[in-house]
Amino acid sequence: MTQPAVATGVANPEQAVPLVGGVQGIVADWSSDQRAFKNVPWGKAMMWIFLLSDTFIFSSFLISYMTVRISTTVPWPNPSEVFSLRIGGTEVPLLLIAIMTFVLISSSGTMALAVNYGYRKNKVTTFWLLLATAALGATFVGMQAFEWTKLIVDEGVRPWGNPMGAAQFGSSFFMITGFHGTHVSIGVIFLIIVAIKVLRGDLDKQRPGFLTGRRGNYEIVETMGLYWHFVDLVWVFIFAVFYLW
Amino acid sequence: MTQAEAHSAGAAHGTEGAVHQEVGQHHPLGIYFKIWGLLFVLSTASYLVDYFHFQGYLRWFLILTFMLLKAGLIVAVFMHMVWERLALMYAILVPPLLLLVLVWIGAVEGDHTFLTRGTFFGAPPAIEAPAKHQK
Repeated sequence: MTQPAVATGVANPEQAVPLVGGVQGIVADWSSDQRAFKNVPWGKAMMWIFLLSDTFIFSSFLISYMTVRISTTVPWPNPSEVFSLRIGGTEVPLLLIAIMTFVLISSSGTMALAVNYGYRKNKVTTFWLLLATAALGATFVGMQAFEWTKLIVDEGVRPWGNPMGAAQFGSSFFMITGFHGTHVSIGVIFLIIVAIKVLRGDLDKQRPGFLTGRRGNYEIVETMGLYWHFVDLVWVFIFAVFYLW
Repeated sequence: MTQAEAHSAGAAHGTEGAVHQEVGQHHPLGIYFKIWGLLFVLSTASYLVDYFHFQGYLRWFLILTFMLLKAGLIVAVFMHMVWERLALMYAILVPPLLLLVLVWIGAVEGDHTFLTRGTFFGAPPAIEAPAKHQK
């Protein structure tokens, strides 16, 4: 079947008119018909929009934390000591947090590889890389659960106060890390779902998804990847402003 | 007219697979391993800032530099932003800059609250409580 030029235009509007770069490209993209975001699948553009809104939510938490920490007259508990681990009789500062950081970065690495192997249509490798990402994410959540238990049971930290200093420490900590941990947990669940879809061949066969009904495609691996890298990105900011301040 | 539309719709579905292949991001694996390694190095560096007890402006400078470098690498390479068109880049990256205003307002307000608390809670009471309220 020969494809008329009109049909090609409908299927891929980007190809109908040659794309220009630079500032002219921005104007052309935004003033063009139907789609402002060229060269990206719709789902990916929408994931970016969602992540932008999530950026504002996490920023609100972090800026509130900054405000209460600046305004308190009671000394803030030293995170370096609060989050230290005792290894062989010596206190190593922030050790658990450092390990959590490396675990999350590694999960981002395996996720990036999974996206790459997904576009190569390598089902088995993509599946195992996604599963590795989920396992590292679950490890992170497990370590966070350990950290919370240590703080609540051993150190007596509560959202309304703690024996080490400023009362706002507890509420900021539980709110920020709790919200981040929830994001990681949701990510792990969806990673497992996407991994199963990959292995089952849903994406090759373009089987409709259970939630959206849209046909399966390896782009969903990249969209999933965007979410997962964002979780890693938020941790970068939490690590810097909460644990290192 | 309707026939032509139906035809073009059919052709659209037929070419979908090919179109998506053009849309997807293809890059050599090496770059991901390089960024992975760089992120490890930068994380270790920011951990060492705490380990060696750097204080003051040096601490802040190092922490924020490593934070922004890590964030930049993740967004640019892992999230493929560097390969996207400017329209998407600016749509996603410019709005968060507004948050800097909120950071500024928060810092000003925090300082004000701190000073107010110092004035009202830190200083000795200026007026004695009236005797008639005491039991």
